[in-house]
Amino acid sequence: MGEERLRGLLVGGLAGDGAAYHSFLKELSAHLRAFLRRRLAQIPDEVEDLVQELLLAIHNQRHTYDPKQPLTAWVYAIARYKLVDLLRRRSRRELRNDPLDEEDSLFAASDTEAVDARRDLAKLLADLPDRQRLPIIHVKIEGLSVAEAAHLTGMSPSAIKIGVHRGLKALAAKIRGEA
Amino acid sequence: MRTEELVSLLATGNDATDLRRPQQRFLVATLAGTAVAMLVMSQWLGVRSTLVRDVTAPLFWVKEAFCLALSLAGLLAVICLGRPGSPLGPVWVRIAAPLVALWLLAALTLIAADQAHRAELIFGQTARVCSARIALISTPLFVAMLAALRGFAPTRPALAGASAGFAAGSVGALVYSLHCPELEPPFLGIWYVLGVLIPTSIGAALGPRVLRW
Repeated sequence: MGEERLRGLLVGGLAGDGAAYHSFLKELSAHLRAFLRRRLAQIPDEVEDLVQELLLAIHNQRHTYDPKQPLTAWVYAIARYKLVDLLRRRSRRELRNDPLDEEDSLFAASDTEAVDARRDLAKLLADLPDRQRLPIIHVKIEGLSVAEAAHLTGMSPSAIKIGVHRGLKALAAKIRGEA
Repeated sequence: MRTEELVSLLATGNDATDLRRPQQRFLVATLAGTAVAMLVMSQWLGVRSTLVRDVTAPLFWVKEAFCLALSLAGLLAVICLGRPGSPLGPVWVRIAAPLVALWLLAALTLIAADQAHRAELIFGQTARVCSARIALISTPLFVAMLAALRGFAPTRPALAGASAGFAAGSVGALVYSLHCPELEPPFLGIWYVLGVLIPTSIGAALGPRVLRW
């Protein structure tokens, strides 16, 4: 059903079709949200943050997808890895935290309008160094071409591409709490 | 940032992705690590002088085939563990087949030998140094394998680290076999395997720390 369609969109995206890739990510995020809502029933606040973390991870690791491989297996393995990572991070945080925080989170969890992510990626993006932040802003947010962004910033086209690539990886590292 | 905005951000300026890139990186790592291992072995220990004579011995080819089969199994395991969701069934079969075959041969050799001769079949002349040397020779490739894995996306970091150690150890054994004079299956089945297991277990311990993404 959905699998073949999504796989086709991803394969198109990997070949350079931006519209197909956009549809892939959009439809995938709905699937991920439903999947994570079931698994994170106790902590619904984390769902949207994890959806975003997964989208970024899948984008950053899209070169490891083998088109001969079932898409479900690939996405599921990534989702499970990030889910386990999140739960491990949380348990470590809870060990460190005051038991009073536990009570606070009890009330926070009753709030069901968890459509918005709590973590603001725009803020994390603002913390990146210029050589990564500017390429992402010009190319990925404003939609300029690599050549235009290079002209605007005085960086070389390859530095723009590397900046986007490394910046999105650095963003993922910030989410993990490594940088 | 809302999820829709993130989706647009990621999809904007989408270029074709080179799907061969991780394999290319892996291939470069394999070749470079093996070349350094060869250099270390030849400078430190030297290719043994009797190698030309051994080429006619069937057991020499058993040893080389064993090391080569383990190396291929290990290298393919690294690629599988680097790709999220790859099935691991074939990985275990490829690793187990040469081990089981060699151990069977070792058991038959020991059964057929008379008792006084068995200790020699097991310990040879170099049992004390063999495993440690294999582990040392495998180190450059081990580091290269871990670096290559960081270009993939291992979702089982301990197992992926172990596979990096296993691949490096097996290639290390293959390289060391050009120096090592031992040919008896019982010797190989113990000391070579132990030499491979040293980087394998180090890799399993390092994986969760160095392969996070």
